Amino acid sequence: MSGVRVLVGTRKGAFVLTSDGARKKWEVSGPQFAGWEIYHVKGSPVDQKRLYASQSSGWFGQMIQRSNDGGKTWEPVGNKFAYEGTPGTHQWYDGTPHPWEFARVWHLEPSLTDPDTVYAGIQDAAIFRTTDGGQNWQELPGLRTHQSGPKWQPGAGGLCLHTILIDPSNHDRIFIAISAAGAFRTDDAGKTWRPINRGLKSQGIPDPNAEVGHCVHRIAMHGSRPGTLFMQKHWDVMRSDDAGESWTEVSGNLPTDFGFAMDVHAHEPETVYVVPIKSDSEHFPPDGQLRVYRSRTGGNEWEPLTKGLPQRDCYVNVLRDAMAVDSLDSCGVYFGTTGGQVYASADAGDTWSAVVHDLPPVLSVEVQTLQ
Amino acid sequence: MIRVQLPAHLRTLARIDDEVVLDVSGEPTVGAVLDALEDRYPVLRGTIRDHVTHRRRPFVRFFACEQDLSHDPPHTRLPEEVIAATEPFLVVGAMAGG
Repeated sequence: MSGVRVLVGTRKGAFVLTSDGARKKWEVSGPQFAGWEIYHVKGSPVDQKRLYASQSSGWFGQMIQRSNDGGKTWEPVGNKFAYEGTPGTHQWYDGTPHPWEFARVWHLEPSLTDPDTVYAGIQDAAIFRTTDGGQNWQELPGLRTHQSGPKWQPGAGGLCLHTILIDPSNHDRIFIAISAAGAFRTDDAGKTWRPINRGLKSQGIPDPNAEVGHCVHRIAMHGSRPGTLFMQKHWDVMRSDDAGESWTEVSGNLPTDFGFAMDVHAHEPETVYVVPIKSDSEHFPPDGQLRVYRSRTGGNEWEPLTKGLPQRDCYVNVLRDAMAVDSLDSCGVYFGTTGGQVYASADAGDTWSAVVHDLPPVLSVEVQTLQ
Repeated sequence: MIRVQLPAHLRTLARIDDEVVLDVSGEPTVGAVLDALEDRYPVLRGTIRDHVTHRRRPFVRFFACEQDLSHDPPHTRLPEEVIAATEPFLVVGAMAGG
């Protein structure tokens, strides 16, 4: 019997939402790790019962939790994220050098082949890897020590590495994104990295060839076309068809091209979802209307999806890791809001309903398709 | 024997319900108590002080006998009442909203 398990990270704990393939009736369990910020929960694609969660607190720091039974029980594993060597400095908001300091894990990306191997994207920006199920974490220092590293500057949310995409056809190729350094790619399993930001244009960066400095909010990919990437930048929705070598804008008819979350349909590589947000100074949907926009043409032509979503007086945000899709025959799309709602669509976005209304602010949403 | 009281989130992590009683070898100092606590409950490593530098996390405070010990160096000898176990050593999450 097929079904889905939606993993929701919030400001005050983690929640697991489960349903059968119809995705009409839901069971809600949680909070797990009550009172802690759960930046991300994600399952291994090769072991549905193996989950990892990033649990953090301004008081007590970082924990990583692991579940071997699909989220029923959890055990804390290693929480030591020590930069390799002497970390040096990046740029602070005022342009002065600032020491690299670990703050939290934003994103956990399990390996496509081994449930014990996971990548972690952290703040201040670096990528770590465990190969023993989270007990020990080692930095892949080639990223942070890239020659541009001392020029990286934090976005408003911190210098966070928030996106990790592994190329399903070549596991040595990994894409990551950092606010506000930009996107990077490795082709040698993380030993060396290079910026892939050519074609991005950002107000305040007059140099069109600037290697770094762009505030990339999210990158998404369809597994069948790993050379095609979609990007929600601070402003602008972008597309690359050469694995990030160059980018072109595909914002098209979006009402605003500012936003955070995006994803790609599970079965249609040219169908993309974004949630336009009014502006960088007003983090809520335009006109109080919560609308997901879908493009079936890989960008440029976008249609609003509104059925079941609030179309008045809605002033929530949808954060960068808070949208996901399942891979059932009729692709399910999910997103969570800073108002504590998790919306689900079992028909690729045509209609929506709220699975839950009143969770703490949602930081992340991931989905496991259970077979 | 040193009695240690932990904040709720750390008790949950360590899976304990109540005060912890620790044997502390050598000079009974703040640092020695934290060493013994982390030896007993490895899950607490990194939650009270930094893994590497052993600096106290900014929003964690130490109190005993109505004294704030948070800024005392780790080798500071604990108050005699704590050493005698008539008073607990308190690990406290600093008050802040949210």
